[in-house]
Amino acid sequence: MNLTAPESLIFWTTIIFFVFFLLLRKFAWKPILGAVKGREESINNALASAEAARLEMQNLTADNERILQEARIERDALLKEARDMRDKMIADSKKEAQVQGERLISQAKAAIEAEKNAAMAELKTQVSTLSLNIAEKLLKDELSNKEAQTKLVEKMLGDVKLN
Amino acid sequence: MVFSNKPVQFLLVALVASIPYFGFANPGVDSIPVVNEAVAEHGVQVAHEEKEFNATDLINSHIGDSHEFHIADIGGHPISFYLPVILWTNNGLEVFSAEQFHHDNSGEHVVSINGQRLVRYNEVIFYADKFENLTEDQRKNGAFEFDARPLDFSITKNVFSMMMSAIVLFLLFFAVARSYNKNQLAPKGIAGFLEPLVVFVRDEIAIPNIGTKQYAKYMPYLLTIFFFIWINNLIGLIPFFPFSSNLTGNIYFTFVLALITFLVTSFSGNKDYWKHILTPPVPKALYPIMIPVEIIGILTKPFALMIRLFANITAGHIIILSLISLIFIFETAWVSPISGAFVLFMSVLEMLVAALQAYVFTLLSALFIGQAVAEHDHH
Repeated sequence: MNLTAPESLIFWTTIIFFVFFLLLRKFAWKPILGAVKGREESINNALASAEAARLEMQNLTADNERILQEARIERDALLKEARDMRDKMIADSKKEAQVQGERLISQAKAAIEAEKNAAMAELKTQVSTLSLNIAEKLLKDELSNKEAQTKLVEKMLGDVKLN
Repeated sequence: MVFSNKPVQFLLVALVASIPYFGFANPGVDSIPVVNEAVAEHGVQVAHEEKEFNATDLINSHIGDSHEFHIADIGGHPISFYLPVILWTNNGLEVFSAEQFHHDNSGEHVVSINGQRLVRYNEVIFYADKFENLTEDQRKNGAFEFDARPLDFSITKNVFSMMMSAIVLFLLFFAVARSYNKNQLAPKGIAGFLEPLVVFVRDEIAIPNIGTKQYAKYMPYLLTIFFFIWINNLIGLIPFFPFSSNLTGNIYFTFVLALITFLVTSFSGNKDYWKHILTPPVPKALYPIMIPVEIIGILTKPFALMIRLFANITAGHIIILSLISLIFIFETAWVSPISGAFVLFMSVLEMLVAALQAYVFTLLSALFIGQAVAEHDHH
């Protein structure tokens, strides 16, 4: 190897390397490393936010599912309630109708009884009046004609049929 | 490594890898004038020795630095791209073109500049009168004969290619940085290719070794040396103008880079780091041994960095050049398919080594910095 003057290459290497280094540092390495770092951060941020969005989406789906489930349960409950209510209403009205009917029947029975009693009372009154009238007429006839009177009583008694 | 299985990139790799196969042949040929059988037979030994192919010289001249780019030879005349020679002489600064030396590297052609006589020997420029008094050994180690030569601040081949790589890298990364202003979305084009490399340096080198808290401060340095070493390793693999320099296989260059890593490490060192070196956790009686050991320890780390890069890259170049030289050593073209196949294999391997050594240098720099800034739990 031809070892030329060492000072030449040492001098120029030092100068060129330092100038080269300073220029590159200012105009190349700083912007490049900055850009690389910035992009890495933005990629990381994008990935993180995508992950967050995914989780949120998952939560939303789960929420939807839950809400749907709840709605379904509520619907079932409502339906059941309505059915119960309907049944109860029907049962109630049946009962009411029965009670009402029974009450009406018993009222009618009472009215009939009362009417019957009244009619019996009337009949008794009539009978007693009639009896009195007969007795009065009999008495009047007897007083005038004994035989006629007896005939009359018998005839009258024959007319009147006691129930 | 970074190359995917896209056909375009594969073609590019194949092209770059096959270049040495075709390219090295030229400089090889021009340095070996055909061995003249007739001369040898007539026993003119001197002429024979001068003309005989010397693989060592060829390899040395290819892995070394130079004042000019040798492009090709046409009709025995070398075509070169001459670089400026900048000298700090006894009379002050002198700037002239390397053309003045007329390709002479044997110290014979004297160049007169402002009344000063200069010669060049093995790419080292001497004062002509002082050169004559030097012994052969001193001439060979001329780079360190500071009395006999002016200080040389020339834009050599390596300096030229370093400037070129710095400009190319700066334009590339400036374009990447600017593309982010327009495109806030995923990177595309050049940014899409280079950004993963930047992120690789950050995530695989800086953060694991330095730690998430402090790595950001050292990122510019690590990125700079990573790409600087890598591109210069690759430039060294391309065997034609304006590439073909062996910058990262030059120990002066790796020395400066290792020194910078050493300085960065030392100035980043926190209290724990220095405390561990200056008052190691051993009995006080061992301090005279331990403190020198610790100090040697902090020096061997950058020293290993320097040697590792230099040796790996230079070794790769030597192997490729040796394989090419086989053709001229065996003096037959029939060797060329075999040596070409090996060169192709080595070139592909060297492309891997180019990236790997840039990675290793950066990784170890990050590791040393990480050790210096680490927050220790006290034992």
